[in-house]
Amino acid sequence: MKKASKEGLQYEVVVAGGGHAGVEAALASSRMGRRTALVTLSVDKIALMPCNPAIGGVGKGQLTREIDALGGEQGRNIDKAYIQIKMLNTSKGPAVRALRAQADKRLYEDSMKAVLSATANLEIIEGEVARVDVSRETLRGLWLHDGRYLATRTFVLASGTFLRGKVIVGNCSYPAGRVGELPANHLSRSLEEAGIALGRFQSATPPRVDGRTIDPSKMIVQPGEELRGGFSHWETPAPRTQVPCYLTYTSANTHQTVSEHLHLSPLKSGTVSGKGPRYCPSIDRKIINFPEKDRHPVFVEPEGATTHEVYLQGLTTSLPVHVQELIISATPGLERARLIRPGYAVEYDYLIPEQLTLWLESKTVSGLFSAGQVNGTSGYEEAAAQGLIAGINAALSARGVEPFILGRDQAYIGVLIDDLVTKGVDEPYRMFTSRAEYRLLLRHDNADERLAEFGQRLGLLEEAQLQAVENRRHQVGELQAFLDSTTLRDDGQLNAELESMGTSPISEPQTAGQLLRRPQVALLDLMRMLEASGHSPGRYDEKVLEQVEIRARYDGYIQRQLAEIRRHRATEHRAIPPGFAFDSIEGITVEARDKLTRLRPATLGQASRIAGVSPADISVLLLHLHRAGSEGAGTSAAISQP
Amino acid sequence: MVPRKTPASEPHIEPSQMVTLETIAAISTAAGPGAIGIVRMSGPQAVPIAQEVFRPVRGGADRVGAESHRLLYGHIVGPVDGENVDEVLLAVMQAPATYTREDVVEVHCHGGPAAQRAVLAILLQKGARPAEPGEFTKRAFLNGRIDLTQAESVSSVIRARTTTALRAAVRQLEGGLGDRLRDLRRELVSVLAELEAGVDFSEEDIDDLDREGLASKVAQVCRQLEGLLATAFTARALEEGVRTAIVGRPNVGKSSLLNALLMRERAIVSEIPGTTRDTIEETLECGGILLRLVDTAGLREGRDHIEVLGIERSRAALDSADLVLAVFDAAEGLSDGDRSLLAGVDPGRAILVANKIDLLPADGDGPAKGEDDWWKRGWLTRDIALVGANVLEGLGRVDQFSPPIPVSATTGYGIDELRDAVSRLVLEGQDLDLEEPLLATERQRHLTEEAHNHGQQAVCALEEGLSDELVSEDLRAAIVSLGAITGESIVPDLIDEIFARFCIGK
Repeated sequence: MKKASKEGLQYEVVVAGGGHAGVEAALASSRMGRRTALVTLSVDKIALMPCNPAIGGVGKGQLTREIDALGGEQGRNIDKAYIQIKMLNTSKGPAVRALRAQADKRLYEDSMKAVLSATANLEIIEGEVARVDVSRETLRGLWLHDGRYLATRTFVLASGTFLRGKVIVGNCSYPAGRVGELPANHLSRSLEEAGIALGRFQSATPPRVDGRTIDPSKMIVQPGEELRGGFSHWETPAPRTQVPCYLTYTSANTHQTVSEHLHLSPLKSGTVSGKGPRYCPSIDRKIINFPEKDRHPVFVEPEGATTHEVYLQGLTTSLPVHVQELIISATPGLERARLIRPGYAVEYDYLIPEQLTLWLESKTVSGLFSAGQVNGTSGYEEAAAQGLIAGINAALSARGVEPFILGRDQAYIGVLIDDLVTKGVDEPYRMFTSRAEYRLLLRHDNADERLAEFGQRLGLLEEAQLQAVENRRHQVGELQAFLDSTTLRDDGQLNAELESMGTSPISEPQTAGQLLRRPQVALLDLMRMLEASGHSPGRYDEKVLEQVEIRARYDGYIQRQLAEIRRHRATEHRAIPPGFAFDSIEGITVEARDKLTRLRPATLGQASRIAGVSPADISVLLLHLHRAGSEGAGTSAAISQP
Repeated sequence: MVPRKTPASEPHIEPSQMVTLETIAAISTAAGPGAIGIVRMSGPQAVPIAQEVFRPVRGGADRVGAESHRLLYGHIVGPVDGENVDEVLLAVMQAPATYTREDVVEVHCHGGPAAQRAVLAILLQKGARPAEPGEFTKRAFLNGRIDLTQAESVSSVIRARTTTALRAAVRQLEGGLGDRLRDLRRELVSVLAELEAGVDFSEEDIDDLDREGLASKVAQVCRQLEGLLATAFTARALEEGVRTAIVGRPNVGKSSLLNALLMRERAIVSEIPGTTRDTIEETLECGGILLRLVDTAGLREGRDHIEVLGIERSRAALDSADLVLAVFDAAEGLSDGDRSLLAGVDPGRAILVANKIDLLPADGDGPAKGEDDWWKRGWLTRDIALVGANVLEGLGRVDQFSPPIPVSATTGYGIDELRDAVSRLVLEGQDLDLEEPLLATERQRHLTEEAHNHGQQAVCALEEGLSDELVSEDLRAAIVSLGAITGESIVPDLIDEIFARFCIGK
């Protein structure tokens, strides 16, 4: 560390890290009018996709939609950069459908960088944040490794895998944030000195091969779909020619090759010490854990239009490079594939997320926010979602405004952050729809209805964008009311149509709304039947029709979830005063008291989700809160009410 | 010094993490004379106090606590001049392998209140404080040794007023219910995991769902929950008593029957004051079952409350009763009024009582009134069977009501048989196995019922071909309800299950 003076540049918000979390944080803060600096180790690596060339998927796709609905950038950017897009889970209900797009990685980076460059109040600085300047538990500024000092009261740490990063291939390992990139070796110690506890995780990526050397004839083609919309609610993506992916399977040969070389696996040799994600196991791990499976899928995904690199999803490994080549060539369709980039594992420090508040600020150091993989998550979508929320809250904090929190009943983003800071992580966290209690409400198709109002109030969306959402909501209500008040009776024609749809005829008159609850009756057909019998339902665009249809189909279940939310709201949002003395509560288990004292939950709902805190403990806690008197008796002002 | 035994499976709790630093003591054996009495002490001062007050026959005071879970023979000595207060066996059990997970000392002294009180007094003098009712168990729960279902049964143990209830409560305390519910919950989680794997990892190589197989698994769990729900009545009967109505015409001998039952058992336990006079209840133990008599005010008045207080009130008494003793005069049978009331009563809840069989008109060589051994005569069986048949026919439900129990409230004949019949009916031929788990509290019953209903809906949703995420809603709700009883939350279990079962990995 060079000696330097504190006479440096002043920013309202500084973001460290130019990955998916960092760019959302920097964009949100600067768009909210804060003077913002984005510090990155390499200006050439902004918005890099170091692992799979895709955005979205079940659970993750919902996150991207929510980011977009709040005014974040990820959705718009993938819409510019995708080379293939499809809707997943179409055989299931709308709540679990999600988009997934294959990205042109280079295009994704370039277009994101263009957006950053065009954003007011935002400066990009190349450098390494080496030390946090903290006094009296408050952030004062940041020292860069090159001696520069950035004076700031709010800092968003979005360092991904770079803190004391170590790359591992076979028995070879060296310090690196990603393969070929310098790690951030200094900041970890400074954070620890400030009282922040760090853990160690591991992640890995599969090899890339030359797309001209694979044999598509031995694989299953996986084409994209012609969809009307993309991830963004606000712009329709330009039409383009999509490129296919391919699916192949590992063979007995592949498995034998892996087995023969398992002794060289970092898993076995102990070179990897951090904990890796279970949902993204290496091929070595799959063969160890599931010996009875005779094949595993390998998705062959192109990485872009201007490169021949293809990504071998499913062959993640950090075995030595020569073994990787053997594994690849033992797999059907890849016999002659030429390895371009070997797979590798990376091990890194993460910030134990239970030290954070629901608005992603450290409970130890005021003004220190953190987001993304450094909080123990994995995935571009999870990172971007946190980046957006950390950026918003850093900007609010710089202005001295109450934090912005999304509840578990409002967004997957709320589920994500609550899970992280309340339950902690014991492997890199990835979103699944099964993590959400109110999955039927948190849908891909209604993200804008849920969140656009917040985006507009925060200054991330235009008034006109919100207006469009409100108009649609109004039209949905209008059409629902029309259907519920319009009675259809059989005129001979109607029952014939119903039977041809595979549903039973009606004997009594029924409202159109009732008929729509039948899964076999599509709204478009119903509208036609209404017109045929002399009604005029009016003209609505397809988004309105989609909403009306979904609501009719899910009606009973949606009502149940809404009732559930109302029932839990009083407990869920019951605020616990900041200085509440958890350690003085009698009548709860030792484990519960210990956890509560350590985690200091902000609401009763959060307390109830801490592992080791039972419903009985919550009842006792509630009793003590009542006894503590009127202070904090209301619901938390910080929780955003829709 | 022998090292402390710390079983590997027990999480180690530092003394500083204990719930409380106070040491509690109490007499643990039941009141009344007995050969041995136990005074128990729990808390950080238990061992030091024991060292002060116990003098081993061999060795010095430092033998106390030198070895855990070992009996020492010696004397409790007085605090002033060190005189022997009692000859005792002393058991020192060191944390955490104890009932409370704290250090526990038991003094096995002579039985009888005097000796036990003397020992307790010395312990209290040395700094222990008297334990509140159930406090040892409360500490066991707070220190994480027992789970919620076990803790709930603690109150059942304390409140148990019959030996049958006590045995059942103790069994629950051992964790029977918690184990059973956890098993059922785990089964549902495994079904949910199959559904969720298909939802969240639809692109993965996961086999198609066997919806029929899943439906039958869930249905199986539902049947087991039904079995548990059936125990709820028994459990409530054991713990809270069976609400019992004694009905019948004037002068059939309802009051004498009540008195006979009470005389027989000498067991009026208490009068529980209610908010109104009508809710004053009398209880009596009958065949190991606690009966709570409904509307005894009416009975006590010695008048026929059905007629006097009106049909509505009788109906209300019958509706709120779990058990109906319909008393009639063996010679005269049921009145029309009785019949119309009983027409609405579940025959499974009613016992017909043919009273006054000692007054049955003597036919031929029938007994003379007051004759001592009239019941030994053969005619009685034939005759009462005839009476019974007439009564049943009159009710129009011959197959549903059991034959009347012949009794004579004044002589005491048949009261034992009636008592057995009550016991059989309440335990409902399910051969109440006290080793089986019971749903002990209303909260448990309610949550189990919720779980059962959601489970049924999940079965329907699976069979009707509803979309996976909707089936999952019902299953989740069922799992959440069961988890609320056992204190387990859903998501971590579910995700562990998915990863254990499926090879996920894009």
